[in-house]
Amino acid sequence: MSLLRLEDVTRTVIPPDQPALTILSGVNLTVEPGDHVSIVGRSGSGKSTLLNLLGLLDLPTSGMITFDDRPVKSFSAARRDRLRGSSIGFVFQQFNLLGGRTALENVTMPLLYSSGRTFWQRKKIAAEMLEMVGLGHRMNSMPDRLSGGEQQRVAIARSLVRGPRLILADEPTGALDLDTGQSVMELIDEVAARTGAAQVVITHDPMIARRARRHFRLDRGILTPVDDPAFEPSTRREMREMAPVPSAEEEASDADVVDEEGLRELFSPEATDASNERTQA
Amino acid sequence: MRALTSFVGALLEAWQEVRVHRTRVLLSLIGVAVAVCSLTTVVALGAIVQQANQELSERQGGRPATLYVSAFRLNDTIAPEQMDAAWAEILERYDISYASRVQGTTLLVPFPTGAVQVGTQAVDQPFGEMHRVRLVEGSWFSPTDEEQLAPRLIVNEVFWDRMGRPPLETHPVVALGGQGVPGAASGIPAGGTLAVIVGVTPASTWETEPTMFMLARHADAIQKATTGERGSVAAASDPYGGGAPQSQYEMWVPPELADALTTAVTRDLKGALGEGTEVNVSRQDWAQYGDDPFLVTKLVVIGIAVLVLMLGALGLVNIALVTVKQRVREIGIRRSFGATASRVFFAVMMESVVATVVAGALGVIAAILLVQSPATRDLVGQGMVSDFPPFPVDAAVTGLVAATAVGALAGLLPALVAVRVKVIDAIRY
Repeated sequence: MSLLRLEDVTRTVIPPDQPALTILSGVNLTVEPGDHVSIVGRSGSGKSTLLNLLGLLDLPTSGMITFDDRPVKSFSAARRDRLRGSSIGFVFQQFNLLGGRTALENVTMPLLYSSGRTFWQRKKIAAEMLEMVGLGHRMNSMPDRLSGGEQQRVAIARSLVRGPRLILADEPTGALDLDTGQSVMELIDEVAARTGAAQVVITHDPMIARRARRHFRLDRGILTPVDDPAFEPSTRREMREMAPVPSAEEEASDADVVDEEGLRELFSPEATDASNERTQA
Repeated sequence: MRALTSFVGALLEAWQEVRVHRTRVLLSLIGVAVAVCSLTTVVALGAIVQQANQELSERQGGRPATLYVSAFRLNDTIAPEQMDAAWAEILERYDISYASRVQGTTLLVPFPTGAVQVGTQAVDQPFGEMHRVRLVEGSWFSPTDEEQLAPRLIVNEVFWDRMGRPPLETHPVVALGGQGVPGAASGIPAGGTLAVIVGVTPASTWETEPTMFMLARHADAIQKATTGERGSVAAASDPYGGGAPQSQYEMWVPPELADALTTAVTRDLKGALGEGTEVNVSRQDWAQYGDDPFLVTKLVVIGIAVLVLMLGALGLVNIALVTVKQRVREIGIRRSFGATASRVFFAVMMESVVATVVAGALGVIAAILLVQSPATRDLVGQGMVSDFPPFPVDAAVTGLVAATAVGALAGLLPALVAVRVKVIDAIRY
C-alpha cells in the first residue's frame, strides 16, 4: 500500500487575459511509508505547485492523487485539511516560526488542530518533542532569540509533533550554514527513521538531495527519476547554491584565486591607497 | 468532541493573537471601548431620562389609567355635597379604591420671615399612591389621618426650609390662616388652625415657593369653619382663609377598563346629578397618547448610539483588514499544519470578537461608573428624579451584545480575506 501516489498529474493555471499555462505535466510519483525521496529543480520548474499537490493544498487539473490508496479528490476540503494536519509535516526553508510566540507555543500550534488527548495534553507533548530535538532548555525562548539552527530545530519539532507519516521538506537547509544544515538533516532523518515517516525533500542542494534513497528532477513541469540529483544551474542564485563545497586541500590550493568578495576588497578605496603607497615606496 | 476542541482551540488561538499583538489590539480597541461606553451611557441615560419623564408625567397626570371627572351645569352650580355623594356612590358601585378629590386652594401660613399664601392641594388619602408622591422625610397620609382633629400636612422642602427643617419626630406644627405670630413658624394664632407636618416632599431646583398637601376632609372643615365664622361671601374673598375650593375628581383604574368606565361613569354621574348636567370624563396620564409616548426619545437615543458604534466599528474593520494582510504568512503556516478554512475563518472572527468583548466589557464598566456618578445624576436629574433607577441592565446587555456584534462584523471581512490565502505562496514568498 502506497502512502502517496501521483498518477499522470497535470496542473494548469489560466492567468488573466492569457492562454492556459501548464505548470506540471504527467507527473508520476509514488511515496511508500518510510520512503526518502528528493526532488531537485530549477526556479520556475513547478516545485511550489508540486509541493501544493503533495501537501494536499491543491488538486490536480487532471490525473489522480491518492493518499493511503484513496483518491484525494473524493475528500472534502475540510477532510483534506484535517488529513494534512494529522499525517503531513512541513519543514520550510525560512523556518516560518510564529513571531511573538515561544518555542513551546510554536510547537504546540499544530496540536491546536488535533482533538482528544493530543489536544488536551498539547503542552506536554510539545515539551517532549522539544526535548527530543535538544531544545528542552529553550522552550520559553522567542524565535528571535534563537540561532538559525535552533529555529529550524523548533520548526522540525513543530512539523513532527503530530507524528506525521509524511514529512515534506521545502529547502530545509536553504537558510542554514553547511554544518548546521547537515546536523538539521541528520535530525530529520533520525526522527523520520524512528517514527517510520516518509520524507519528500525539495531542494537545490545536491548534497541534501543525495541523502535520499530515490531522486527526481523536476524540469519545466516534468518529473523524471534520476540517479544523480545534481543538475546544471541556470540562475545566479542556483549557481551560488549549487557550487560544490571545496575541500580543505582545494581551499588551500585556491587561496590565491580571488573571489568576488576578494575583488571588492582589492578595489576598495583603502586597498587602492595602500597599493599606491607600496608602489611609491 | 471535535467541535468542542475546535471551539476551544479557536478561542485559544484568538486569545494568543490578541496577547501577542496587544499594542495593536489595544489601539484598535480604544475606539470600540469608547464607542461601547458611549452606546451604553446613551442607552442608560436614555432609560433614566425616560424614567424621569415617566415619573414626572405620573406625578402630574397620574398613573395609567387615571380618569379625570368633572361635572357642571350651564345655568346652575352643583352643590359640592351633591357631587361628593354622587362620586362616593360611583366609587362604591364599581369598587374603585384608588380615587381622590383634588382641590387647589391657598392658605395663609406664618413663617419667621412673614406670613405667606401657600399653594395647597387638598386631596384624599389614595392620591399619594396614585401620583407617586415621593417624600424626603416622614410619610404620606395614613387612612386614619382623616380622623384626626388637627389637620395633617405634607409640605415641600422650601416650606420645611423656611421652618428651619425641624425634625418630624417632634411633630412640628404650623398655624393655618393665622396672622400675627411674629418670629415663629409654629404656634397657635388667634382664629387659626393648628396643623401637624407629617411629611416633606422634595423640591425641584426651580421651586422657590412653599407648597403643601392637605387631606380634602380637613380642607372642607377649615372652609366650613371659615364660612361659619364670617359668612360665605367673606370666606370666598378672605385673603387668609382662601376662596371656595373647586374640586376635581380622579380615579386610578386598570387601563383595559378605562374606556368602559369612562362611559359608565359619565352615564351614572349624569343620572345622579340630574337633567342639564354635563359630565366630562377624560384621561390625562402619559399612556393615553398611544402605545409608547417615549418612542421618539428612544429612537433618537438608539439612532445616536448606533451611529457612535458604527464609527467605532469602521475603525476596527480598517485596522483588522490591514492586519490580516500582514498576517498572510502566518495564516498560510496554520493552514499547512491542518487548520481548515472554516477554522481560519472562525479564528480570525474570534480574534475580533474576543477583543471587542473585552473592550465592550471595559466600555460598559466605564459607562456604569459614568452614569452612576453623583455629578452625572445631578446633571441629568435636575432635581426632578428623587429616586434614580439603578443602572439599566438592558443598557449593559445592549453594550455587550453590540460589542460582540461589532466584533463579528468587523471580523467578517478579514476572515473572508484570510480563507482566500494561497497557502504555499503565502509561506514561500
